[in-house]
Amino acid sequence: MRRVAKLSAACIASAALALTATACGSTSSDNDSSSSSSSDGGKGVKIGLAYDVGGRGDRSFNDSAARGADKAEKEFGGSVKELTAKTSDTEADREQRLSDLADAGYNPIVAIGYAYAPSLTKVAAKYPKTTFGIVDSVVNGKNVDSITFTEEQGSYLAGVAAALKTKKDHVGFIGGVDVPLIKKFEAGYVQGVKDTNPKIKVDTQYLSHGSDTSGFASPDKGKEAAQGMLDKGADVIYSAAGSSGNGAIEAVSGVKGAWAIGVDSDQYNVPGLAKYKNSILTSVVKNVDVGVYDLIKSVHDGKPVTGNSVYSLAKEGVSLSTSGGFLTDIQSKLDAAKKKIVDGSIKVKTTP
Amino acid sequence: MKKLTSRIDKERLLLGIAAPLLAVVAALVVTTLVILATGKNPFDAFSDMVTYGSASDSQVYILNKATTYYLAGVAVAIGFRMNLFNIGVDGQYRLAAFVAAVLGGALTAPGWIAVPLIILCAMATGALWAAVAGVLKVTRGVSEVIATIMLNSIATAIIAYLLQPGKLGELQQGGTLVSTKPLPTSSYFFTIDAGPAGELWGFIVIAAIVGVAYWFLLGRTRFGFDLRTVGQSESAAAASGVSVKKMIATSMVISGAVAGLIGMPTLLNDSHQFSNDFPAGIGFTGIAIALLGRNHPIGIALGALLWGFLERTTNHLEFQGYDKEILGVIQGVIVLCVVIAYEVVRRYGLKRQQQRVGAELAAQARAPQTKQEVAG
Repeated sequence: MRRVAKLSAACIASAALALTATACGSTSSDNDSSSSSSSDGGKGVKIGLAYDVGGRGDRSFNDSAARGADKAEKEFGGSVKELTAKTSDTEADREQRLSDLADAGYNPIVAIGYAYAPSLTKVAAKYPKTTFGIVDSVVNGKNVDSITFTEEQGSYLAGVAAALKTKKDHVGFIGGVDVPLIKKFEAGYVQGVKDTNPKIKVDTQYLSHGSDTSGFASPDKGKEAAQGMLDKGADVIYSAAGSSGNGAIEAVSGVKGAWAIGVDSDQYNVPGLAKYKNSILTSVVKNVDVGVYDLIKSVHDGKPVTGNSVYSLAKEGVSLSTSGGFLTDIQSKLDAAKKKIVDGSIKVKTTP
Repeated sequence: MKKLTSRIDKERLLLGIAAPLLAVVAALVVTTLVILATGKNPFDAFSDMVTYGSASDSQVYILNKATTYYLAGVAVAIGFRMNLFNIGVDGQYRLAAFVAAVLGGALTAPGWIAVPLIILCAMATGALWAAVAGVLKVTRGVSEVIATIMLNSIATAIIAYLLQPGKLGELQQGGTLVSTKPLPTSSYFFTIDAGPAGELWGFIVIAAIVGVAYWFLLGRTRFGFDLRTVGQSESAAAASGVSVKKMIATSMVISGAVAGLIGMPTLLNDSHQFSNDFPAGIGFTGIAIALLGRNHPIGIALGALLWGFLERTTNHLEFQGYDKEILGVIQGVIVLCVVIAYEVVRRYGLKRQQQRVGAELAAQARAPQTKQEVAG
């Protein structure tokens, strides 16, 4: 019994100690602001970027955002600070990342990816003088610009292209994670394929599920999934899976006559994928860079954009890349489909 | 005689402290080399880690993180003590948090009924999910390692299936995040307001209670004794009349019940809903922490705090321009060093013990002779 008393006394003492330490110490933002104010001499915009899992170098979604920031940096001067998410992140980690940037005086701060929505809501309220941007989600706030895209429209065009290019009447779709955002890609793609030729079979596969976001950053899983579809006879594979898509493209390049459709960035022109570029039919380009650039420019001009900025097909927010010239023979049909989406005679579904 | 035991205890204590100390020092050395290799100054990094990590909001962050990690460490440690490798803690806590979140969102009862119900529901779910592996092991002899790994994937799939708009999930604004119905504010767990530093999660109290219960159950009850016996030698335990099968099933269930608590600090104190960005992979962190803490309730607490500290400070290191992968390197190196250091220290302790016993025996063998000589 004595040991119990001793133990509980130790517990209470240490808890009390921790609490007093908590109450006494200064917060990290106090420390930061004192240290950053001295180094804050540069001109131009201080751009803070909080990437999603994968970060700069994923040759896809995050890289697209990075391009926008790089362009802005070149034009307006200033600096870019980049932080990257981990798969084990909790709300607290994301909040920390955004607060760190805000504390250090970065403005605007752009959060890349829907995972930041709840943390950005909190942090944006805490730093009303900073302009925040979020890609792929909508956050209400006077100082928040929600940058969203109509991915389903771009994917519809990819579906049309796939349907026109397949020789075996069998195509595939690989999604990174089965979240609503990626389902928008699937919905548009499948609809595009079926509207063009209802007889074509579409295989769909997701690399990870629910809260497991590893499907966005596992080229090995992408390669395996693509290989499986190729073995079953698909000859055009569209992957909306972040850097996992690199693996899919690699697998497709191993089969003669098969096509890969890239996503987010124009993957034909990505140096790291140059080896496989002759297998990349096209990419559904999501111009995250335009959204990010527009926001930074608006802050630079002193008129920060806020509210919901929707980048649609009509506004060139999403498009089908033509690098490589593999689409030339079907371009007229794609243009016709695009026109129908823009004028509203084709309504593209957002859920499969 | 009394003097002798106290001396041995002190030595054991010293050896006990030596292992983790050795591990941390070795980890520091390796990390220094890694940072040097990337062309940066490691001492700036360490000093930044200390300043940033000791800021008051960092302390709150670390304690909050450690609450979750501590529960994960204990859940894994219960299995370890029994020689069971419960890799399924990950699936158990996620499924438990999901089911508890669904229940919590549907409940309209006042907080003092709802909160305990949510916690119990989580524990029951975790226990049931772990019991599947336990039953498979005792009835069919299926290795719990394989069974729990597969159950992790099944848990992921079940959650992914049910967490859909129209089933148990709701689509959040922006159309990109699906979550369960949020808990009513009355079902939030209490938090301790630490001013500008943020809020300390009240669940830390539950974590402490779990720690004491774990220590008491294993060290002070017949059940705990049986459990440790089975862990050390199944045949010896069976010979002394312990039902090994029953012990395996029971400890799996307890491990699962504690695993069910892992998601609760996040659910009840932070997110208040289960969405598709609920933290994953904490079960595996728990394995590292249990190893680090040598399955000891206080050791696990220190391990959990260390983990929280490392995550907090390496996040900031990335901000300072260091590579973000440094966290993985430090954590991996620490776990490796701990395992190696314990083995080294154990062998050293064994050797010393052998030497001492040898010396004592030699002294005993010499003793009668000297006596005779004196008598003679």
